[in-house]
Amino acid sequence: MKAIWIIAASLLAFGAQAQQTVFMPIVIEVSGNGAVSGTNFRDGALMAIDEINAKGGILKRKINAPVSDTQSNAGISRAQVQKAIDGNPYVILGPVFSGSVKVNMQLAQQAEIPQIVGAEAAEITQMGNPYVFRTSFGQQMSMPKMAAFVANGMKAKTVAFLWVNNDYGKGGRDVFFKEMKERGIKVVADVSTESGQVDFAADIVKMKASNADVMFIYTNEEECARVLREARKQGVKQPIIGETNVISQKVIDLAGETAEGAKGHVGLTADAPIPAVQAFTDKFQKRYKYVPDHNGLKGYMGVYAVKYATEKLGKFDSKALAKSLHGMTITPAQEPGILIETTWDANGDVDRISFLVEVVKGRQKVVEILPKLGK
Amino acid sequence: MLVWQTSQTINFAQGEFVMLPAFFVLAAMRFGELSFAAALLVGLAVSVLVLGVLFKRVVVDPILRHGVLPLVISTLGLAIFFKEGVKEFYGAEAQGFPGVWPTTNVTLFGAVISAQSLVIIAAALVAIGLLQWFLGGTRTGRQMQATAQNPTLARVLGIPVERMILYTFLVNAALVALASFLVSPIYLAKFTNGELLGLAAFVAAIVGGFNQVRGAIVGGLLLGIVDNLVAAYWSSQYRAAFPLFLLIAVILWRPQGLLGRAEERTV
Repeated sequence: MKAIWIIAASLLAFGAQAQQTVFMPIVIEVSGNGAVSGTNFRDGALMAIDEINAKGGILKRKINAPVSDTQSNAGISRAQVQKAIDGNPYVILGPVFSGSVKVNMQLAQQAEIPQIVGAEAAEITQMGNPYVFRTSFGQQMSMPKMAAFVANGMKAKTVAFLWVNNDYGKGGRDVFFKEMKERGIKVVADVSTESGQVDFAADIVKMKASNADVMFIYTNEEECARVLREARKQGVKQPIIGETNVISQKVIDLAGETAEGAKGHVGLTADAPIPAVQAFTDKFQKRYKYVPDHNGLKGYMGVYAVKYATEKLGKFDSKALAKSLHGMTITPAQEPGILIETTWDANGDVDRISFLVEVVKGRQKVVEILPKLGK
Repeated sequence: MLVWQTSQTINFAQGEFVMLPAFFVLAAMRFGELSFAAALLVGLAVSVLVLGVLFKRVVVDPILRHGVLPLVISTLGLAIFFKEGVKEFYGAEAQGFPGVWPTTNVTLFGAVISAQSLVIIAAALVAIGLLQWFLGGTRTGRQMQATAQNPTLARVLGIPVERMILYTFLVNAALVALASFLVSPIYLAKFTNGELLGLAAFVAAIVGGFNQVRGAIVGGLLLGIVDNLVAAYWSSQYRAAFPLFLLIAVILWRPQGLLGRAEERTV
């Protein structure tokens, strides 16, 4: 009899403990081709979660955020999101890969759980899903800024475009080609590559032979590093530019000196000349012993966005959270963890300032700050 | 190739064998705080020990006596073990690997050639030359060849067959370490690198001729050239398919490989 009372008391205590937490699983690329992006996103999110928990959590409930690995595989990501939904989450964080988000976002939508993703493929927020929210620009927002840079900043008339043959790459290619056509810039080499590809010798030969004014690289981080190394091997003289990845810190670390001089547009950068971002970078670097890329910022800011919106609601209601995030603007004055003023539109796309950067001495150097599109 | 000829060992972890030495070097630099040159030597020594001696003693010797198929399955398991071990121990992300030569270029007759590529070609040629000299020009090498051709007769002639087989594994380990050190600065060190390298090596060996060292060399060169020419001048989307078309054609019309020798076996 005594044992039964002890078990009952333990269960009650466990129940009370469970009530004090809010379940926000992180479904992310910890291994596979998306590991660089995924681990950055995860580490940024976990840092924000630890900070919030140390201050008592959200509405006095601590965040419980187990991490599950999608292995950068869309099918596995769907299973992991389903598993997360079975645990009755408040919000799901991740994944980053667009191909994964495209196959698992319907599950979160059906369960009416907001999903804070790192994906950038344009169509993700154009499918009428009111529960998907980006943490960075979609391609339809970032590519026009990059196209303007190619036309006005680089004064290019021709461009060679290397892209990765997945949802992210195809989405970017479509938007970029449209933008180039509108600006009268000719794409003289259209080079498709594979995710996880290691040998880019032939691809660079093709781009070099096109004699384009600039080379645009649009693939994942590790592949970007290999492309930069190969371009140096083949003595490429044309400027190398790209959107976000090719100038990300991880690529700079992997490509070493071959990344010097690469230019491009980033929605977020750990080297932004903004004190709050610099403080974030210092904290991150101290904790994880590496310089974060934009995905680290995405994970961090995503968690703080959930915190702010929830506290504004005053209750844990997934459906109401999704509704309130649409059209919401969060400023650093309202929530310091958001770092940069950010607005979510009716589709779940974000709008904030962004940066044109150049790789100088192994770090991103911000050349120009571009205003929010909505301003 | 050598290992197959001397011990009938088909190693499906050969790609992982090329992936692993780079991580031995990186671990020696990171945890042992050694210089790159010292770490290369440590990487070579550990590779010879783990991928040569231990592989033979722990995996091949106890399993080969049960037949070739159990060994094939064991090496498949070993490949997974190495891959997941590196992922667990060193991480899933690609790691930068220092080049043995700086990334400078030289211009030859108007063509820009990377010094790194020239060093790789030179190192490969020297390795092939040394291997051929060792196998044909030294007493030990000839004993290894005799062991490969007919182990029973070699044993009758007083050749220490077991020791010759061990030497073959050591040579194989040293060669995969060299390949790893040369290729990792370009491909980056990553736990999945073995999948691609292993597949390419098998296709090259079958196309060139599985029972001839020169066949593997020719197969490798041919596949590399075909792959790059197709990707650069025809279609980068179909580049991966062409080596496989070549493989199918060779298996259909010349199953012993381009330079291979037809073998007959009593069944």
